[in-house]
Amino acid sequence: MYSEKVMDHFSNPRNVGELEKPSGTGMVGNPACGDIMKLTIQVEGGVVKDVKFKTFGCGAAIATSSMVTELVKGKNLDEAEKISNSTVAEALDGLPPVKMHCSNLAADALHAAIEDYRKKQAEEAAAK
Amino acid sequence: MNRIYFDHNATTPVLDEVFDAMVPFLKDQWGNPSSIHWAGRGTRKAVEDARESVSALLNCTPIELIFTSSGTEGDNHAIKGLAYAQKNKGNHIITTKVEHPAVLSTCKHLQKEGFEVTYLDVDKDGLISLDELKAAITPKTILISVMYANNETGVLFPIKEIGQIAKEKGVAFHTDAVQAAGKIKIDVADLNVDLMTISGHKLYAPKGVGALFIKRGTRLVPLVHGGHQERNRRGGTENVAGIVAMGKASGIAIRDMEKETEHLKTLKERLEKGMTERVPHIKINGHPDKRLPNTANISFEFVEGESLLLNLDMKGIAASSGSACTSGSLEPSHVLVSMGLTHELSHGSVRFSLGKSNTVQEIDYLLEIMPPIVERMRSMSPLYAGAK
Repeated sequence: MYSEKVMDHFSNPRNVGELEKPSGTGMVGNPACGDIMKLTIQVEGGVVKDVKFKTFGCGAAIATSSMVTELVKGKNLDEAEKISNSTVAEALDGLPPVKMHCSNLAADALHAAIEDYRKKQAEEAAAK
Repeated sequence: MNRIYFDHNATTPVLDEVFDAMVPFLKDQWGNPSSIHWAGRGTRKAVEDARESVSALLNCTPIELIFTSSGTEGDNHAIKGLAYAQKNKGNHIITTKVEHPAVLSTCKHLQKEGFEVTYLDVDKDGLISLDELKAAITPKTILISVMYANNETGVLFPIKEIGQIAKEKGVAFHTDAVQAAGKIKIDVADLNVDLMTISGHKLYAPKGVGALFIKRGTRLVPLVHGGHQERNRRGGTENVAGIVAMGKASGIAIRDMEKETEHLKTLKERLEKGMTERVPHIKINGHPDKRLPNTANISFEFVEGESLLLNLDMKGIAASSGSACTSGSLEPSHVLVSMGLTHELSHGSVRFSLGKSNTVQEIDYLLEIMPPIVERMRSMSPLYAGAK
């Protein structure tokens, strides 16, 4: 039911873990639907230098999390924000229809992490 | 790679003996059992012999048994048929929250037609309260439908006690025994059951055949109107090969019951004990004793069931899960949620349902590969970090 790419990312997920001092953290999903993704990013000079994920969820949830980390690494924030859930699904050669809505949240987690980063930046600027 | 099948509550393989018995009826013996000529006589006898054999599995008389296409059809027939037949007497049905969808969806449909349905709660062990059942019965109650064994957890309901209550109150009693038939001894005469559904493919016969026990004197409106087959209770030319297969499989189930129950129990206990020793943070779901001998339903905290199934599948092991992902909906198992499990624990459940061909070596292989799989998935889980 899953593409080879999904199974590859599920079996050998990239960038698993949590950054120690992240620039931004994004957490999306909820236990009721069975998927929770936590993404931490390291931003330097407007570029996503490093990224790690932790995910509770099905095969699709883990594969999309892994894929989004690959897609975003080295991108500037504007480019990163353009990555959508469908970009991630396409990069994995598609997901089963039933998974498109429930387990395809990785880009949402990325956007939440960027938003968190921007919020922190604004707070720092205001404090100065 | 080893291929190991731990999903016998989903379906079972067709036994060689069963296959051999049904083949002639797909080939040379193709006559219609309703025909009076030479082509039909043999198939009529085959159908009636099979009926005797399946009746023996339930300890009913052959006249009280009709063949159906599936467990789902049997449940539909029993519940709708009884409700329609007794609608002048009352419109209230009592069932449980943990029934198979074949019962739940049928009851929900009847609600749209004006019937009222009480869905009994279950406790943390997955069992209903008999006091709540008694309290739910009203003068309008026409039917109680409670499953014999739960398909997800294997929890066994007190069918005899429920039958006694139903009898005292003059209410018809249906039980979906799809998961129980062939796995444990069933005796409808002793149980005070009026209607019992069973299915062929759960007891090593092929898909597409089932049976419904209808106690003598219980009137049902047919679900499938048609010819005079099954004494006008179910129209449609008989699925002769399937029926013969179910007869053969029932005979084998009776023959091997004692040995088989012991075999399954030994394996299940080894699995549950071994898993408990090797994997921390797990929960075995369902009543500790009142369960089928073959079903182990285990929640692995902090991880999701489908991801465990995929890992097991890569190692050749087939099992199933109560996670939303495997149910095709966004909701986790209604059975586990009804038992009070959190959503995480429901999503993190894996059902191992054992069968005839499973061996001690297979259980040991599972026990060997499972701890690293769970550990790896937990190391990726944002829920696990918080729990350490």
